Amino acid sequence: MKVTLRVWRQPGPGEPGGFVRYALDDPPPETTLLEALDGLNEWLVGLGEAPVAFDSDCREGICGACGIVVDGRPHGPRPGTTTCLLALRDFAAGATITLEPLRTGVFPVVRDLVVDRGALDRVVRAGGYVSVRAGSAPEANALPVGHDVAERALDAAACIGCGACVAACPNGSAALFVGAKLAHLALLPQGQPERARRARALVGAADREGFGGCALHRECEAVCPKGIAIDVIGRMNREYLSAVAAGWWRGRRRPVSSA
Amino acid sequence: MILDGRVPSGPLAARWARRLDDLELVGPVRRRGHHVLVVGAGLAGASAAATLSELGYRVCALTFHDSPRRAHSVAAQGGINAAKNYGNDGDSVERLFHDTLKGGDFRSRESNVYRLAELSARIIDQAVAQGVPFAREYGGHLANRSFGGTLVSRTFYARGQTGQQLLLGAYQALAKEEAAGGVTVLARREMLDLIVVDGRARGVIARDLVSGALETHVADAVVLATGGYANVYYRSTNAKASNATAIWRAYRRGAAFANPGFVQFHPTALPATSEQQAKLTLMSESLRNDGRVWVPLRPGDERGPVDIPEAERDYFLERRYPRYGNLLPRDVASRAVKAMCDDGRGIGPGGRGVYLDLTEAAERLGAATLRERYGNLFEMYEHITGDDPLRVAMRIAPAAHYTMGGLWVDYDLMSTIPGLFVLGEANFSDHGANRLGASALMQGLADGYFILPATLGGYLADAKLAPIADDAPEARAALADVRARLETLLARQGRRAAGDFHRALGRILWEFCGLERSRDGLVKAIEEIAALREAFWADVTVPGGGRELNQELERAGRVADFLELGELMCRDALARDESCGCHFRVEHQTGDGEARRDDDHFAHVAAWTPGESGRSPGRLVEPLEFDAAAPDERSYR
Repeated sequence: MKVTLRVWRQPGPGEPGGFVRYALDDPPPETTLLEALDGLNEWLVGLGEAPVAFDSDCREGICGACGIVVDGRPHGPRPGTTTCLLALRDFAAGATITLEPLRTGVFPVVRDLVVDRGALDRVVRAGGYVSVRAGSAPEANALPVGHDVAERALDAAACIGCGACVAACPNGSAALFVGAKLAHLALLPQGQPERARRARALVGAADREGFGGCALHRECEAVCPKGIAIDVIGRMNREYLSAVAAGWWRGRRRPVSSA
Repeated sequence: MILDGRVPSGPLAARWARRLDDLELVGPVRRRGHHVLVVGAGLAGASAAATLSELGYRVCALTFHDSPRRAHSVAAQGGINAAKNYGNDGDSVERLFHDTLKGGDFRSRESNVYRLAELSARIIDQAVAQGVPFAREYGGHLANRSFGGTLVSRTFYARGQTGQQLLLGAYQALAKEEAAGGVTVLARREMLDLIVVDGRARGVIARDLVSGALETHVADAVVLATGGYANVYYRSTNAKASNATAIWRAYRRGAAFANPGFVQFHPTALPATSEQQAKLTLMSESLRNDGRVWVPLRPGDERGPVDIPEAERDYFLERRYPRYGNLLPRDVASRAVKAMCDDGRGIGPGGRGVYLDLTEAAERLGAATLRERYGNLFEMYEHITGDDPLRVAMRIAPAAHYTMGGLWVDYDLMSTIPGLFVLGEANFSDHGANRLGASALMQGLADGYFILPATLGGYLADAKLAPIADDAPEARAALADVRARLETLLARQGRRAAGDFHRALGRILWEFCGLERSRDGLVKAIEEIAALREAFWADVTVPGGGRELNQELERAGRVADFLELGELMCRDALARDESCGCHFRVEHQTGDGEARRDDDHFAHVAAWTPGESGRSPGRLVEPLEFDAAAPDERSYR
């Protein structure tokens, strides 16, 4: 299948970059986009040229490493899928496929298509967990969790942390990512004791990292490879407001940044 | 030479409790003074790092990923075993122990397997408390399903993404400890050598993959949780970056490598579509709860699966193994699939696949029920093949998947280098010659949450460790070795990319050290790999420099290590002149084509040590003794 890759090449952070076109040597249509990139890289290496740097690992849509903007859309034209599961047959014969890094100020470009998504880890570190020490857990069936509640929690917990939602958002907001984590833990009984603190902490951390606010453009939902629905953002807002309100009523209102 | 696993004596069920009683404790204040390095942040590494920090140790965790959440544990699909007996179907610690021991064809250490079964229930408790959203019954209690090699339902699951959910639990525990200040996570760091001082592991040399800087990290103990090496076959179900470099570098520094030839081939991966393709996508074993495996009765039948009537299908697993049927262990199932393909009845390109058929279950149970059980697996299959598995039978084929072999560890998970602990798939300890499905997650978490945090304390309490500086002579020497090796790779300027050598290595191993092995084939493979290794060092090319993000340099270093490890795998397979579990020597089979063990000569772990310059590796043995369960013939018929 004849395709041309138009790839963003940038030697390092803060350095000027630009697009370079590579006509591929007729790979079969079932080749995945990233295998085509592997093939291109091996050819470049044979010529002694620097291969295209890109993040990718599991190649089955679960690790979240591969966030590439394909033809202007994070994870490409097919809804509900990651970059690594795109095949050349998802594109028209003769197409020029444009590959760019996830573009948002919070994810600096490291090289070519590789970006630094460390901000997402720092948001989780602010409180996206249940504080339970190994060894202190009660018997697993002691606390029943409704079937539908567990399923909804898993829908939210399915987030792979790829950052596509941020790159798709005109405001560079991480609301879908934050909302998914808050929804996951707020739905489950195990998440209750820290629920208010967690909401304040995650929202505050996202602000500090420089992620923008949500204006309900819904671009995040459209590109999320795991189909996480925008409901989680409503959930985030409710969690946050009730946490702040409860704090205010108790007369212990603290600024968000120290949450 | 004989290796001693340092297993506590006494009745099997009391051994772990006894070891816990015997271990010296480190007081809370002294714990804060101990630095521990954890390399790898998957299930085993993240759970260990988090738990050590909870205890008060100062932990530095290295991962080559950009975030610990991407470790390959994330891709485990079907579930995690635990002897909870929630199904009231006769399960118990004893039964899980026995299933696992038998599943491993009596080539694992009995005491370790028992401890694993014993700890399994607490892992589920821990994960649930962290907020892992396991599947639930309508009454709100935890749901279970079955996996291969068992007749009970003991597998806990979160759709087809159990590994992801458990990893997020461990990752969040790690994040909690980072926030508490006990753990520093260094992302995009690759361990390239081990620092050994006075015979003890005291640190690692790591490369910052972004800047290319080489770093010296020193500590009081080093924990490797760096996963398995099935990528040595080039084509496998492992993630692209999974590699053996950390454990191989430790082996080169003297840590014995146990049973390197024990590799699991998973029967239900999607067949490859091109030569270039390395990653094979797995379809979880759990699908065999509802799916049936078959081939056309007639060789060369070209019709599509929908057009072949029931009477002209051969449900060969159910026919040959009526007791376990489709829920056979992976080694036996993979060989049965290969037998059908060798018989000319395989389907798809090259006749290398068989059908895994859920269409009947879809009619019986309804599509909605199946989507709830396996949803994301179906999506993945459809994305890749364009077929809906609820309408058309899936096409599957065996693929290299998991390595039971790994660094040798004693009962305390310590390698032959004191102070070097090895967890999860990176060690050899619990699965013998074949791992049962849903046991890898169990082992990684048992090691990380419960075993290592106790045994490491025992080591630190006893060890008299002198302070160590970053510029200790041993650290400087290791750093110089790493630098020289990277410079050699960069200087070669040959004509072939590392990936090309990797593919060639994979072809040799798949043919001669794959589902079937023979003396002649292994001898040939050893010669061919040695020649390939020479060609690699003469003709590899790596563009760019060392002081930058250079993914080709990373790849070349890993392939160089695979080229050494591949040979050791063949040596191990050659020396083990019997068939057991995954290791099928064609010379040793029963009349029905099953593996024939030789307990008189091979009831042992083989642990290899690197030869002195130019000499062949040495082979140590640890005899396996079975007090509780005498090895019997492993039959699933």
